[in-house]
Amino acid sequence: MKLSRRALLGTAALSAVQPLARRARGDEATIRIGVLNDQSGPYRDVSGLNSVVCVKQAIQDFGARAKSLNVEVLSADHQNKPDVGAGIARQWFDRDGVDMIIDVPTSSVGLAVASVCREKNRAYINVGAGTSELTGKQCAPTTIHWAYDTWMLAHSTGGATVKSGGTTWYFLTADYVFGHDLQSETSHFVTEAGGKVLGNSTYPFPSTSDFSSFLLQAQASGAKVLGLANAGADTVNCIKQAHEFGLTGKTQIAALLMFITDVHALGLETAQGLVLTESFYWDLNDRTRAFTSRVKDKTPNNIPNMVQAGCYAGTIHYLKAVVDLGAAAAKASGAATVARMKAMPTDDDAFGKNHIREDGRVLVPAYLFGVKKPSESKGPWDYYKLLFTTPGDEAFRPLKDGNCPLVHA
Amino acid sequence: MFSIFGIPAPLLFGQILLGLINGGFYALLSLGLAIIFGMLNIINFAHGALFMMGAFVAWMLLNYLGINYWFALLLSPLIIGVFGIVLEKAVISRLYKLDHLYGLLLTFGLALVIEGLFRNEFGSSGLPYQIPPILSGAVNLGFMFLPIYRGWVVVVAFVVCLATWLIIEKTRLGSTLRAATENPALVQAFGVNVPRLVSLTYAGGVALAAFAGVLAAPIYSVNPNMGSNFIITVFAVVVIGGMGSIIGSVLTGFGLGIVEGLTKVFYPQASDTVIFVVMVIVLLTRPAGLFGKTA
Repeated sequence: MKLSRRALLGTAALSAVQPLARRARGDEATIRIGVLNDQSGPYRDVSGLNSVVCVKQAIQDFGARAKSLNVEVLSADHQNKPDVGAGIARQWFDRDGVDMIIDVPTSSVGLAVASVCREKNRAYINVGAGTSELTGKQCAPTTIHWAYDTWMLAHSTGGATVKSGGTTWYFLTADYVFGHDLQSETSHFVTEAGGKVLGNSTYPFPSTSDFSSFLLQAQASGAKVLGLANAGADTVNCIKQAHEFGLTGKTQIAALLMFITDVHALGLETAQGLVLTESFYWDLNDRTRAFTSRVKDKTPNNIPNMVQAGCYAGTIHYLKAVVDLGAAAAKASGAATVARMKAMPTDDDAFGKNHIREDGRVLVPAYLFGVKKPSESKGPWDYYKLLFTTPGDEAFRPLKDGNCPLVHA
Repeated sequence: MFSIFGIPAPLLFGQILLGLINGGFYALLSLGLAIIFGMLNIINFAHGALFMMGAFVAWMLLNYLGINYWFALLLSPLIIGVFGIVLEKAVISRLYKLDHLYGLLLTFGLALVIEGLFRNEFGSSGLPYQIPPILSGAVNLGFMFLPIYRGWVVVVAFVVCLATWLIIEKTRLGSTLRAATENPALVQAFGVNVPRLVSLTYAGGVALAAFAGVLAAPIYSVNPNMGSNFIITVFAVVVIGGMGSIIGSVLTGFGLGIVEGLTKVFYPQASDTVIFVVMVIVLLTRPAGLFGKTA
């Protein structure tokens, strides 16, 4: 076969970006886990291949082979499009025999995949998406939501900002379900604490990269706090440009969702002094350090954030439930597996000991971090200092306010 | 303080100025596209990827070789220009005799491959690139706080656009170039090496993209997707201005920057669509674009 240069280049790039795993239908004893996330767009670094690495690490640490459990991992790129994500999920269930889907960032895709999993009765552990709808009105007996949600971010970062005197707010909001949720939930905490929301700019997602116009409007509003209801590269660009336009002197920036990878992209010089919330940090305790050192070599250029750590923890807990229930029973019903997961306390190196509520919410503690000054940082990735810990029972929306149909059902 | 349509005037002036700055980027990018289309009849979809590469080369020069912004502003367009010559000689030149669509598909594919390779190597979060110290800081214009760097961008973009226009319209090189596109056989008969001229024109067009990339590096994060955010808008600018019209693409670039800026005040959700609305209206009334010549 003659191989043209063009074909070679194209194939090389494709295979590098998108390692699509495809397995034939196999025997019943094999558990198949599908990692579905963004592998080429703005959320690639906050989920992406590092999530896949963390899932594989979980299988190894769990010792699946020793427990005579055969576990396979598939992964795919949903391109942040709900139709693409739902399509892959269906294909995985119908053709490839996948038993559980994990990660799925981007709230619109996260919700779409949740309904497919419910329909097909397969387990679904969402880690990457923010929307609290997953455990609210759209909760499902097959859904578990791991590391964070918009309510928890609004409560922790928003609440702390209002308490420290940030009483008037202006929001910069990404125009999709996640941005809207985050803005409305934060507004709720701001007004409840006696603060005021002076205005907002809702910008098109994901096609906006210049925020100067909105920053100017925020400045003109005279608000003390600029609330960023967005994530990933958008947050990085907003903070960068806010510095450029001199907002940072008078206005406090509340980056409502920010990951350690974003801090890395900004650099400590620009990011110092920011306050943010994550439920995992590699340098929290001996267990988190041990977990991080096990995966570090396999995740070049990045250290796990709470989403990737959540993929690790979610997989460990899922496998525990599978062993407890028996692989055949677990394969037969996603709802039964998830019910068993809710009944068992969680325990893993990334988040420690926690439990799962009946609406599917994992009650991990929320840590409020401050970003260190360059002079305080002792080395690469030494970025956070812990300011405040909200215990898991208080970190998330109270069960009664969620309107989840599973509760009192 | 007076107000226009319920928006305080200072805010509105600020937005117009910001629109001009973004318009500077549109103008620089669409200028390169217009040159390549006007002279070579290639719809260069790889333009956004080359813009991104320009920013990455600046980042690499700084982080691997310690070469600062000012030299990067010169070196990066040169490096990308050479890359452009390689690209033109190796693949694009094979398509000149075919329909425009083939060139479009080829360059679109190239753009996807280039972006994919960069994403694989550098991730999608972006890399930090600091504003050069001499241009950092801001001045208070009374109605707004203007970062010095943004002011610099608009001035440089304007000067570069003007210079390019002068070269193509007013110099001997420019007239040879235009003659070569009109009638390559005749110009070749005069002893001009037309294929080399064509390669150099392509190199010049992509060097403009790389130049814009270096200018953009300190403002946006240096990120493999930075080009694809721009490219569709820039194509709309070229179409509205009139395919291949140099003055048209420059003026339209600045003009649409302002239109977009104002939309961000009145209805921000539509800020990424407004340019296409303008495009539809222009194409319905003037199918050749604002400055295009009807064939």
